[in-house]
Amino acid sequence: MAVTASPERDIVVPPMQRAFREALYAGAIALGLFVLFIGLRTDQNISNELILVQRWGLLALVVILTAVGRFLYVAYAQPFLASLKVADVATGLLPESMATRFFRIPYLFAAIIIAVALLALAGSLDGLLGPDLAGYARFLRALAIIYAVASVMFYFRSFIHDHFSALGVSALALYPVVVVLTLALYSGSVAGGFQGSLKWVDNFGIQILIYVMLAWGLNIVIGLAGLLDLGYVAFYAVGAYAYALLGTHFGLSFWILLPAAGCMAAFWGVMLGFPVLRLRGDYLAIVTLAFGEIIRLVLINWREVTNGSAGVSGIPKVSFFGLISFNVSDPNYIAKVLNIATSSAYYKIFLYYLILGLCLLTAFVTIRLRRLPVGRAWEALREDEIACRSLGINTTTTKLTAFATGAMFGGFAGSFFAARQGFVSPESFVFLESAIVLAIVVLGGMGSLPGIAVAALVMIGGTEALRELDFLKRIFGPDFTPELYRMLLFGMAMVIVMLWKPRGFVGSREPTAFLKKRKAVSGSFTKEGHG
Amino acid sequence: MNGQASAGDLILQVEHLSMKFGGLVAIGDLSFQAKRGEITALIGPNGAGKTTVFNCITGFYKPTEGMITLSRGDGSTYLLERLPNHEIPARAKVARTFQNIRLFSGMTLLENLLVAQHNKLMKASGYTLLGLFGFPSYRQASAESIDLARHWLEKADLVDRADDPAGDLPYGAQRRLEIARAMCTGPELLCLDEPAAGLNPKESASLNQLLMDIKDNTGTSILLIEHDMSVVMQISDHVVVLEYGRKISDGNPQSVRTDPRVIAAYLGVDDEEVETVLTEVGDEDVIEQLDTGPDSEHGPGSSSSFLAGPVTDTIGHSEGERVTVSKGASKAAQVDARKPAVKPKPAAKKSTSPAKPAAKSSTAKPRGGRK
Ligand SMILES: Nc1ncnc2c1ncn2[C@@H]1O[C@H](COP(=O)(O)OP(=O)(O)OP(=O)(O)O)[C@@H](O)[C@H]1O
Ligand SMILES: [Mg+2]
Repeated sequence: MAVTASPERDIVVPPMQRAFREALYAGAIALGLFVLFIGLRTDQNISNELILVQRWGLLALVVILTAVGRFLYVAYAQPFLASLKVADVATGLLPESMATRFFRIPYLFAAIIIAVALLALAGSLDGLLGPDLAGYARFLRALAIIYAVASVMFYFRSFIHDHFSALGVSALALYPVVVVLTLALYSGSVAGGFQGSLKWVDNFGIQILIYVMLAWGLNIVIGLAGLLDLGYVAFYAVGAYAYALLGTHFGLSFWILLPAAGCMAAFWGVMLGFPVLRLRGDYLAIVTLAFGEIIRLVLINWREVTNGSAGVSGIPKVSFFGLISFNVSDPNYIAKVLNIATSSAYYKIFLYYLILGLCLLTAFVTIRLRRLPVGRAWEALREDEIACRSLGINTTTTKLTAFATGAMFGGFAGSFFAARQGFVSPESFVFLESAIVLAIVVLGGMGSLPGIAVAALVMIGGTEALRELDFLKRIFGPDFTPELYRMLLFGMAMVIVMLWKPRGFVGSREPTAFLKKRKAVSGSFTKEGHG
Repeated sequence: MNGQASAGDLILQVEHLSMKFGGLVAIGDLSFQAKRGEITALIGPNGAGKTTVFNCITGFYKPTEGMITLSRGDGSTYLLERLPNHEIPARAKVARTFQNIRLFSGMTLLENLLVAQHNKLMKASGYTLLGLFGFPSYRQASAESIDLARHWLEKADLVDRADDPAGDLPYGAQRRLEIARAMCTGPELLCLDEPAAGLNPKESASLNQLLMDIKDNTGTSILLIEHDMSVVMQISDHVVVLEYGRKISDGNPQSVRTDPRVIAAYLGVDDEEVETVLTEVGDEDVIEQLDTGPDSEHGPGSSSSFLAGPVTDTIGHSEGERVTVSKGASKAAQVDARKPAVKPKPAAKKSTSPAKPAAKSSTAKPRGGRK
């Protein structure tokens, strides 16, 4: 669209007229695109016949919205964005950026007041406003809180940037404590605090950290060594089934099976690595994709061992190194040992710290490996394989170690997943999982641990948060299920991020050694690897 | 071939090396030697097969025939054509650079030089295990490797840019960095593929200095491909000339410079000019023959030249591709063919006549090889 706008600049068409014309074009394009998608819909009637439902009203709405959107963009947003780049003649300063206009101290105070007021009234909202308005009020409250947090982050952005890792790790370590305390204050009892924390610690905390770990593991293969692996979920599955089967049949403890599952996944990583070593790029991607599917099909069809698609259930819980157990019936159950009230939240909080520990282990090993010759060889392999060979690097073993190390962390994450769910089935290991993990790695910026962690937070946290938008039902009617639009929003968010930052959130690369000064390497010099 | 110099002096012996790609003979029966501590230059027109020789020596191609022997300073010898690719730098201590620069462009200069010390550091880090737990032995090795990298950065005049990405360097500096990186592997033989290509005269002079410095101070022998004759004549001790995969001359720079075959082949003169060149060089045979104008285009016939060896010039097989390397295309062959023209043919044609299609079409204009 920018192409149509530029040649007209010299002719100087009045902006309104141009906006009007472009709005007409946009409307026409939308009409052409959507007439068959939205205007007509095939459906079944009561006697199971196929009928065409006509939805001209909806089509008209979509077309009008598109046209109006385009009009507003060309008439107001474009001149505004252009004016942001023009310095003031008198002062020579650039105008305020979008961000500083958006985050202002008065707005911040307003947001805090709204949030606090609505939080204070939380119990009586339904009575005061009625269920409909109360839903909106809660949404407003959520927005106010998000705005306040975002403003604080904006004002301290340079501090956050400088101390990102330390801040991130402390925030993650404190997260369950903060959640429990807040909810305890809120509900007025400690038990209520623990009970309410289940959702926050399990659905958000643990879920996101599992993906962080998977993505950090895959980052070794893709981000460092540049080998495009689309079947990463296979190693996750190997780890999960290793723990599930050995744990249920032989009663072995999680602490023995965790390394065992990692080794097994690493073994399969090498098994996959051997045949695909000679492949590069697209071919490698296809073979690894097939490998992922093969593992899943074996899990489905090898019924005697894996119990087929019914899955393995009754997987033993993790214990605190055998000292404290989380089974209510055991004599050393945590509540009995510590003399506190029984609650299922303890186990979740324990699992949260367990996966946090595993994530930190992954990060530690990755950071260490990058500074060792093997990690440098991985990155060199991504940059230029032929040059690597001319320097005497055995590219075969280097690729295999990358596959094995990545797979090992996938295996760790898998056995944790099995322990957390208590149940595994092949359904958890479909291609979509590989795709999501890959998307996180790409979105975060290949090779960058903080970037990937933020990407996991945004992607997994975001899709989980979409489950919470129940009030949307009030707008779009009870048939509307926000979860169904998760993937749509997910895709749109990815497209936007990739347009805005083509190399992911963190596009630059940290050098592993320096002579005088550590300077980040711009993403435009690094290569993605060709397999 | 082997008897000329005592084996201790030689670092590299190439014997009867041939490399065929399908029907194309990129190298045909090439033999030459490189002495330890010398700079040996490999020259020839575009597409002569120089890079292919390097690729055979460094294991990127497995030669179709022939033997490449490398003798290290400690007396051990390696048959390079049998070693796997990555073991040639690691065990036989042969390092190389590439015609189209291959740096790790997203890594800093220092990192590039550290990657070159991979094998040494790998051992010091106990194949990663000791390094992972931060053992002091690895830390010491790591510090030493940084010192070595700094040493070569200083030699290559790049130490100010040590922490910049390699892809950010100007072209000439990238060439020097590639040489520094190769030197960080601690090679005994350094193979440089057109190191002066694309350099301005100043950069070219400093490159000469760097190479002389390497030769004098490290004892590394250098095998050099170069088009820039000023570089070759200035620094090389021994020159081997290739044309169409055959050796046409071999000797010290002076003798090669005046070899008529080399002049004809390397300078890429047109057919008409071959005689002129030879006249200039003062080849009496040719001057004699100029009047008779022998027909020499259709193969060397009874020529005594080694060029008329058994390797057929037209090889047609594999994948239905038929590549013809015409004898007439070889300038050196023409020179050879002219010399023994004892029995002049009656219906002599000038070489400009249309009876010589292949020769004209592929005169020594650049034959775009794989670049
Ligand atoms: N991998 C290959 N497959 C097929 N043909 C090849 C291959 N490598 C080289 N050749 C051919 O071998 C011949 C010699 O090429 P080579 O690159 O060795 O020439 P060169 O002497 O290095 O030339 P230049 O001075 O242009 O670098 C060329 O005709 C080239 O096309
Ligand atoms: Mg070449």
